[in-house]
Amino acid sequence: MTINEKQDELIEEFEYLTDWVDKYEQIIQIGKELPLINEEFKQDKFLIKGCQSKVWLYPEFKDGRIYFTADSDAIISKGLVSLIVRVLSGFPPEDIRDADLYFIDRIGLKEHLSPTRSNGLVSMVKQIKLYAIAYSSAMAGKNFE
Amino acid sequence: MEVNTENTVRQFLYGGEPIAKQFPALHQSVYGKPLVYFDNAATTQKPFSVIHAISDYYNTINSNIHRGVHYLSQKATDAYEVSRKAVASFINARNSSEVIFTKGTTDGINLIADVYGAYALKEGDSVIISAMEHHSNIVPWQLMCDKHGAQLKVIPMNEDGELLMDEFANLLDERVKIVAVGYVSNTLGTINPVKEIIEMAHANGTPVLIDAAQAVQHLSIDVQDLDCDFLAFSGHKMYGPTGIGILYGKEEWLEKLPPYQGGGDMIKTVTFTGTEYNELPFKYEAGTPHIDGAISLKAAVDFINETGIGEIAAFENGLLHYVTSLVNEIPGIEIIGRAKAKTSALSLSVKGVHPYDVGVLLDKMGIAVRTGHHCTQPVMDFYCIPGTVRLSLAVYNTADEIDYFISSLKRAINMLV
Repeated sequence: MTINEKQDELIEEFEYLTDWVDKYEQIIQIGKELPLINEEFKQDKFLIKGCQSKVWLYPEFKDGRIYFTADSDAIISKGLVSLIVRVLSGFPPEDIRDADLYFIDRIGLKEHLSPTRSNGLVSMVKQIKLYAIAYSSAMAGKNFE
Repeated sequence: MEVNTENTVRQFLYGGEPIAKQFPALHQSVYGKPLVYFDNAATTQKPFSVIHAISDYYNTINSNIHRGVHYLSQKATDAYEVSRKAVASFINARNSSEVIFTKGTTDGINLIADVYGAYALKEGDSVIISAMEHHSNIVPWQLMCDKHGAQLKVIPMNEDGELLMDEFANLLDERVKIVAVGYVSNTLGTINPVKEIIEMAHANGTPVLIDAAQAVQHLSIDVQDLDCDFLAFSGHKMYGPTGIGILYGKEEWLEKLPPYQGGGDMIKTVTFTGTEYNELPFKYEAGTPHIDGAISLKAAVDFINETGIGEIAAFENGLLHYVTSLVNEIPGIEIIGRAKAKTSALSLSVKGVHPYDVGVLLDKMGIAVRTGHHCTQPVMDFYCIPGTVRLSLAVYNTADEIDYFISSLKRAINMLV
């Protein structure tokens, strides 16, 4: 599956949920499928800044792809980060870097993307994109060697 | 304080609904649900009278105050000074020159910390605050203590969220130069024994600042009876506009303390060699003030006076008891702050659930509460929790809204546990 196919799949899962509470119930469910970060990486340097709750995100670079694991002390934040991890984990850094995350708008979470919101979705996306940029630049640097 | 029991009972039975009609922002749907507004300790909604006072000012008398000889300027100046008098009478200040318009509570506390610090604090002196202060009554004093080499001391509290007055007595010595405490805790709802604190501090020769941000809208305040030296509060938490607040200071103090900010309005004469400062209260009101805010604050004071602060207190206490009794029946919920004297705010901690999760789900059910540390991180550290879910009441809330809150809270917990 491509990043966009994964996004389309999520959009479909949310399509018939018109009540906001139901949408959040679904987000909580998706959070339960999150690949959990190894306890030893629950350190401050893997904390995403800008969330009211604690959200840890750990990138693992393997065979040209970045795999993300994460966790949070809040269940909804865990759901939110797992949406993004589900869409972006396991792809080459360039794909992650260039991904247009249209699913956030389509499932109705766009309001959460404003930088002044306190739920940190924008910080989660930013952090993942920064890891992707860092790995893609590091790889480009390697190619010059 | 005289309370019209009949009114209170009627209001409690039928809810704050007739009063709620005066507040347009309350009547709307959020996420398809009727809005229930329980974030009143952060800011209250505004009645029509306040909203109209703001637009009336701009529609009719907008002009800069104090220096203009023309008609509009005099009208605006009159309205501004009439509002000051209304506030002075609201808190029973001896003289309206003891009432300074500020940006809000934070601004007032910073003002006193700055000028009193410069006047009185020396190396080795100390400042006393309490364990339940809002950050705005901690940080200004920390800054002043750092600047003057003084020490910040803290009155501890017990598990119920009550100050340990014996410990306070032990902290008082001749090096204590000021005591700054909150009247009502924004997080715990505790009403602190400020009158006793003031008496004890004065017996030690120490002046007292009261942070009344969470008190003026719930309790009757009489600065002469309290005998506090300074008292600060905000307009927007008492049904008034944002960006305007009040600093009360005893005239004897305000006369002898140095000025704060320099600028227009706070001077009598200026030459390049020196400046003669204006008299009170203008000495502390540099620059063009928040004129429409100050003028419409009177409408908020009038609203509270007409409703009756005694009736407001009795009604809100009824609601607080009601919600407390219902929350007590829900297993797994701990009420943070169980002081005997409480008003208007209820902080909850749900076992195994992050407050943020509860807040998000309640929001999607149409209920506005606040989650997090409420700008009182030391209080969260004391209870070893990341934050609380705080419901805070105002005069327009109803018992029906509390019933809806309780059922929504149970639903949220079911989704999260």
